Amino acid sequence: MLEDKDRIFQNLYNDFGADLTSAKKRGDWKDTKEICGKGREWIINEIKTSELRGRGGAGFPTGLKWSFAPKEVGSRPHYLVINADESEPGTCKDRDILRFEPHKLIEGCLIASYAVNAHKCYIYIRGEYFNEGQKLQTAIDEAYKDGLLGKNSAGTDWELDIYIHYGAGAYICGEETALLESIEGKKGQPRLKPPFPALIGLYGCPTIINNVETISVVPTILRRGGNWFASLGRPKNTGSKIYCISGNVNNPCNVEEEMGIPLKELIEKHAGGVIGGWDNLKAVIPGGSSMPLLPKETCETIKMDFDACVENKTGLGTAGIVVINKDQDIIKCMARIARFYKHESCGQCTPCREGSGWMWRMLERMAKGEATRDEVDMLLDVTKQIEGHTICAFGEGSSWPVQGLIRNFKDEIIERNKFDPIVKKQKDIPYLVDQHLLEKENA
Amino acid sequence: MAVKKISKVQPEKFEFNKKNKETADSIIKNYPSGKQQSAVMALLYLAQKQNDNWIPLSAMKYIAKYLDMPYIKVYEVATFYSMYNLTPVGKYFFQVCTTTPCMLRGAYNLVDVCKRKISEEENSLSEDGKTSWLEVECLGACVNAPMLQLNEDYYEDLDPTKLEQIIDKISNDEVPQPGSYRGRLSSEPENTRKTLIGNKNA
Repeated sequence: MLEDKDRIFQNLYNDFGADLTSAKKRGDWKDTKEICGKGREWIINEIKTSELRGRGGAGFPTGLKWSFAPKEVGSRPHYLVINADESEPGTCKDRDILRFEPHKLIEGCLIASYAVNAHKCYIYIRGEYFNEGQKLQTAIDEAYKDGLLGKNSAGTDWELDIYIHYGAGAYICGEETALLESIEGKKGQPRLKPPFPALIGLYGCPTIINNVETISVVPTILRRGGNWFASLGRPKNTGSKIYCISGNVNNPCNVEEEMGIPLKELIEKHAGGVIGGWDNLKAVIPGGSSMPLLPKETCETIKMDFDACVENKTGLGTAGIVVINKDQDIIKCMARIARFYKHESCGQCTPCREGSGWMWRMLERMAKGEATRDEVDMLLDVTKQIEGHTICAFGEGSSWPVQGLIRNFKDEIIERNKFDPIVKKQKDIPYLVDQHLLEKENA
Repeated sequence: MAVKKISKVQPEKFEFNKKNKETADSIIKNYPSGKQQSAVMALLYLAQKQNDNWIPLSAMKYIAKYLDMPYIKVYEVATFYSMYNLTPVGKYFFQVCTTTPCMLRGAYNLVDVCKRKISEEENSLSEDGKTSWLEVECLGACVNAPMLQLNEDYYEDLDPTKLEQIIDKISNDEVPQPGSYRGRLSSEPENTRKTLIGNKNA
C-alpha cells in the first residue's frame, strides 16, 4: 500500500480546505519559479523520466505529448486545454480535484503552459459541474490576486491567462477534438485525425490537451523528481492514481493508490468489500463503462495498471471501477450502458449512430428473454461492424462493453434466450436492415 | 442521439437584461478577437437562466445577432447539447441519474418516487406547476450514488424516503441542503477510511 506521505492529493477528502493559504501549506506553489527556471527541456525530460501516462483514459505518455508541440512559436499562438469533461460512467475523480485541490491544477497549468509555449489555457468543465467550476474560478481569482497568474505568473516572467469554458451535457465532448469544436462554439463532433491537435488544434493553432488529473500531478512530480514517481508502480505503469470504486460495495469511495494495486485489495480494503461478501461478486467493470467487464476469476488476481488490464482483455481507462454483484441482472446492467451510448452518440458516423441503438435494443430484448439463440452472435457481429469504423474512439467505447459481456456471459444470455428463430431462412427483424451481415462470407 | 422537442408556445421577443449584457460582453473577451462564436454556449446558459430555465427561439436569434453568427449555427448548438431546455421546465428541475453505477444502487427507486410525487411523465409539470423531473445520463458522482441534480446542486447518497422529504420541502418552496444525505463531506469511504489518517486528525 502507498504510504500517506507519497500521496499527491493530500486534500482528496477535504480535510484542510481548498483555499490558497491551505494549499500553500500543503506545498503547492512552492518553488514554481525555480522549476520553470530550469527550462522547457528539463521539464519535458523530467516528465518523460517519470513515465507519466495520461489519466483521462487512453494512457498516452504525457512527456511525449508535450514534445509534439512546436519548439518555436510561429505565426499562430499555442494553447493549453484541460479536459475536465468527466462523464465516463463510474468516474468521479476530476470532480474532487476541481473542488478540493484546484491549486494543484492551476499550478500544473502554469508549468505545462510554460513547457508548451502557451499563453492561454482553457479549462473545459462539464456543465453539470457548475458548483465545482465556481470553486475552481474562486481559486483562479485567488491566484490572480496573489500574482500567480497573469503578466508575470508566480515570478516566472511567463504570461498566462486561464479561462473556464462550460460544456452542456454531451459525453462526446470528452473526446479531445470534439472538445475543441465545442470551445469553438460548434456542436461537439470529433474531427478526423491527422492533423493532430498538437499541430492544428483550437482555432487551427497548436494545442496540447490533457486531463485534469494528469496536469494536477505534474507540479509534485517536478518537485520530488521524475525518478520518485517512476519508483512507484512498475515500468511504463508508474506513479499513483485516483481509483473510484462504485456500485455494489459496502463503502463506495475515491482513493489514491499506487499504480498496479490488486483489484481485490481496492475492493476489500478500501471499499469495505462487495455487498454480500466476495463470493457474491459477479463482475467488475475496471475502467469506466467503456472497458470490457471482468469475470470474478480474473478479479481475484488482476493488478490495476494499464498493461495488466490490456493483458486481461480490458483496459484501465479512467480507473472508474464499477462492482456488480450477483443480486444484479448483468444483462440489464449492460443494456443500461448500451442505452447510455445510444443517447450520447454524436451522430456523425453511421455505424455508431445506428449501431449504438441496435445494441441497446437487442440487449434490452435479451434481458427480457425475448431474443433468439443466434441473435447473440448477431449482436457480436454488430459490435465488430462499429468497432474501428468510426472517426473517434466512441465506436470502440460503445462496443467493447457488449463484447466483454458476450465473451464472459454468453452461456447466461443463451440460457435466457434459447428460442430458435420463428422464420429460419428470412430473418426480417426490423432493425436488421443489412441482411448481408448474417452471411459471414459476404460481410 | 437524443431527440429534442421545441416548445410550441414561444415568446415573441427576447433581450438580455443589463446585468447579463455585461456578463456576456466579459465572456466574449475570454476568447481571441474574431472568435466570439466560442461564447455561444455560455450565452445560451445566460439566456436559459434569464428565461425561467428554458431557451426560446427568439433568444437564439438574439444571440446569433449578438455574436454575429448565423441563426442556424446557434440552433444547431442549442439542439445538440442536452442541458439546454428548449421547452419550459419546472422552477425546480430534478434530473435523476440512472446510468449503471447509480442504477446498481437503486436509482430507479428514485425514479418511482418522482413518478409518484411529481408527475407520471418525464418533462411534464407537477400539479402545482413548480416541479418537473427527467432521467439523465451519468452526472459524474458515481461513488455518491444514487444521486440527482436539482437545478444546479447535487443531492447525493439518497434513498426513496429522503427524496420524498426533499420533494415535500420543495413543494413548500423550501430548498433543502444540497450534498450527501448520509452525512458524507466528500467521496471518502464511510467507516473504513484507511488513507490520509494523519490529515483527518490534523
